[in-house]
Amino acid sequence: MKVEEKLALNKFEIDREVHITIDESKCQECKLNQCVYACPADCYVFRDQHVTFSYEGCLECGSCRIACDQGAIRWVNPRGGFGICYQYG
Amino acid sequence: MINKFDAIVVGAGPAGCAAAYVMAKAGLQVLVLERGKYPGAKNMWGGAFYGPVMEELFPNFWNEAPVERSVSRHVISLLTEQESLSVDFRSDRVDKNRGFIVLRAKFDQWMAKKAERAGAIVASGLEADDLLYDQGVVSGVKVGAETFPGNVVILADGANSLLASKAGLRKEYSPYDVKQGVKEVIKLPREVIEERFQLKGTEGSALEFIGSCTRGLPGGGFVYTNRDSLSVGLVVQLATVIENRVKASDLLEDFKKHPVIQGLIKGGESVEYSAHLIPVTGLKVLPLLAKDGILITGDAAGLVLGTGLILEGANFAMASGIAAAETVIKAREKGNYTQATLGHYEELLRKGFVLKELQTFKKAPAFLENKRIYTTYPEMACDMAMKIFENDGTLRKGTFKTLRDSMKGRISMWQLFADALRAKESL
Repeated sequence: MKVEEKLALNKFEIDREVHITIDESKCQECKLNQCVYACPADCYVFRDQHVTFSYEGCLECGSCRIACDQGAIRWVNPRGGFGICYQYG
Repeated sequence: MINKFDAIVVGAGPAGCAAAYVMAKAGLQVLVLERGKYPGAKNMWGGAFYGPVMEELFPNFWNEAPVERSVSRHVISLLTEQESLSVDFRSDRVDKNRGFIVLRAKFDQWMAKKAERAGAIVASGLEADDLLYDQGVVSGVKVGAETFPGNVVILADGANSLLASKAGLRKEYSPYDVKQGVKEVIKLPREVIEERFQLKGTEGSALEFIGSCTRGLPGGGFVYTNRDSLSVGLVVQLATVIENRVKASDLLEDFKKHPVIQGLIKGGESVEYSAHLIPVTGLKVLPLLAKDGILITGDAAGLVLGTGLILEGANFAMASGIAAAETVIKAREKGNYTQATLGHYEELLRKGFVLKELQTFKKAPAFLENKRIYTTYPEMACDMAMKIFENDGTLRKGTFKTLRDSMKGRISMWQLFADALRAKESL
């Protein structure tokens, strides 16, 4: 089962406001792409020599924030009530 | 609306709800801010908590709380790609000392209701994104442009607490300080679960796996039986995930395909995928537990114990929530919320089991980083079991000789002794 299929099972209240922003200028120096491996929801994908990013499937675990050693990820929680809404947990 | 609360609790999980309940019951005006749409919306875990603190708060809680099952069977298995060797503990004694399996979305809502009925205000869908200060002292929280003043703030906002570092209570975690948990909830009919796991009524199973399920990385797999679903997941150290360029989501897929797990989840349907961080530093990186006007509890304070055999999170969280509440009740009597008064919280934790047990097992986090636990030992144990329980037609050797054969090329006698000694000191 692919991650995107798994995420499709979840209930999200998607906010228009983005809760993770990337300073791509800081990604230039990055060789390890830690975010790609740290994210359990495949929000970060390595494609055409750089990492592309989407916040919609974010499970709000905070792994990428801790994993990134370039200080490129600005991570705040989604606004109250938005984001992942676990039905089981 | 009250213009100043006695206490503001950030986060309606086990720590926050326990704190709010105790304070509200003592007559304090308490506001709980929960960023999820409802309490539990942001929370996930493996599966079970131990009952003593819960029992103290809500006697006979299992009669009314949304408990899925209580753990009557606990299995720990060493896995290789094709074998498993298990210790299978089962007890038919029905008592409150068991682990209780719950699903957080339901359970946290129930706990929050308890706090509400005791008089606390639980406001969901509100993200406390900053602290309010009055002359350098924490004096409430901010939700966007709105302010909520309070005499004291209790942080119970979980492993990923952003306010903890903002308040200067702890430094940011490194990837070595946290484990990543990923989980799927897999639906199966109740009868199938009971037959497959040999359970009756409300009995449940907790299964833990060490070895190939994490491709030898520090961590492990788990399966917990809910009433009519299974919680199947993995926990793995974030640093090693990055260093080895693997993804926890891929490991989970491999785990589900392992012959042992495949048999357990067969015919099931995945209904949810979740992920969370677990702080695993133990006492090594204990934050400042209190500052002027602020206390920190539960996962936010890193009060989690994992020894591989013992897993304590929610029980510790509730105990710390209660200790924080008792501290605030005392501080209110004195009318003083300085760090010196709130320091009583740490005293309570040191007197209680939370910091005592973290102290007892303080070497466990370092011990559990030993890769041999996840590679050499499961392979060696399964190899030895195979030599004993199967017959390949060659001449049999004595048990000790067989052990030596299974060790060959894997580990020296000295290394084995050294690890055993470290295990003795750490576990």
